[in-house]
Amino acid sequence: MTNSVQLIAEKLIIERGGRTILNDVSFTAGAGATLLLTGANGAGKTTLLRALGGFLPLTGGTIRVTPADDETPRAELIHTVGHSNAVKVHLTVRENVMFWSRFLGGSVAAEDRTDRALGAFALRDLEDVPASYLSAGQRRRLGLARLLAAPRPIWLLDEPTVSLDAASTERLARVIDQHTATGGLVVAATHLPLGLNNTRELRLGVEGGRA
Amino acid sequence: MTRFWTLVRRDLTLAVREGGAIGTALGFFLLVVALMPLGLGPDLNLLARIASGILWIALLLSALLSLGRIFESDSDDGALEVMATSSLPLELVAAAKATAHWISTGIPLALLAPMLGLLLNLDIAAYPALIATMLAGTPAVSFIGAIGAALTLKARRGGLLLALVVLPLYIPTLIFGISAVSAVTLQTGAFVSSFLILIALSLGSLVLGPLAAAAALRIQMQ
Repeated sequence: MTNSVQLIAEKLIIERGGRTILNDVSFTAGAGATLLLTGANGAGKTTLLRALGGFLPLTGGTIRVTPADDETPRAELIHTVGHSNAVKVHLTVRENVMFWSRFLGGSVAAEDRTDRALGAFALRDLEDVPASYLSAGQRRRLGLARLLAAPRPIWLLDEPTVSLDAASTERLARVIDQHTATGGLVVAATHLPLGLNNTRELRLGVEGGRA
Repeated sequence: MTRFWTLVRRDLTLAVREGGAIGTALGFFLLVVALMPLGLGPDLNLLARIASGILWIALLLSALLSLGRIFESDSDDGALEVMATSSLPLELVAAAKATAHWISTGIPLALLAPMLGLLLNLDIAAYPALIATMLAGTPAVSFIGAIGAALTLKARRGGLLLALVVLPLYIPTLIFGISAVSAVTLQTGAFVSSFLILIALSLGSLVLGPLAAAAALRIQMQ
């Protein structure tokens, strides 16, 4: 994992369906901190996260990750957890995490990472249960477990607390804090205060958005 | 490469656990072939003569039923986007999923075909040729099908559109598949030449299918 990773967005302009969603958004997110995206519904939080993850074409501006590394494309440094959990209901909880662990992180130490991810999100007791029997909150935790199943420095989280109870939200906050404390970088769109250690806020939608 | 097989193995596990896809394809194959003698009458010579054509067309239609599922569930639950961020190129993701489709649908259909040949009075001597051509031809069905599945991923009622996109592309496979089997049953032409062209078609689609499917997926994901 790179220690001083930075995610730099400069003068981002993003249009969807002929409408300008984001206009001239610039920010720098550095390692060791969480950047919270706030703003009303439709302010462009999801759009910005998807653009950062590389899923949307930019109309203008640039997104860079430093230090630049020609070997690894940007997408492989980033975990994106969006509204969908990427959980297969016909696989057990453990099989779900194990698959992402192997597929994203390679087979070396995949078991260990799976154990750690299941432990961090309190899924150990459920590991042999088919994911179809999980509640919405448990599925959300299973979706989030992907973050720890493969090590990546940048996490983009879109409304990560949806359907989580208080204890699970607290657990997620600890996982995020630990990630930033070890040189990771988190960008999260959220309406709720998570109680995180080291945060900055980027408010979208009002005056173009600057941080 | 381990990532490739990890994905193939997961898709096969899912195909077995979901069950529906393979069962539907095999059941449809059986029904279409079983209806033919009822429609055409009990003329055994006629049935034997057209058996290879009926089996091949029925196989293509049955495979078509399950093509839509290649990318559908992974697109619905967001897994496809996560896969796009892996170090495995999207081309190989598409190839892995098409491979899993071939193993879970193509091979069972090819192995069921001789049993259905009985219903059509197909010459027993033609069975090895029938199985061989179907095993050699079905990779093309899965890999060309993956292109259609990727193109129609976000289309509502994409199933019918998928058939319109994909069936014309199956024509070469169909022609050489039938002519290889007919070469044995009717002693027309040489089996080997048709069979080799069939293999060439499959190998070609093995290369081009994933490229085209990945390009279509990239457009769909934006």
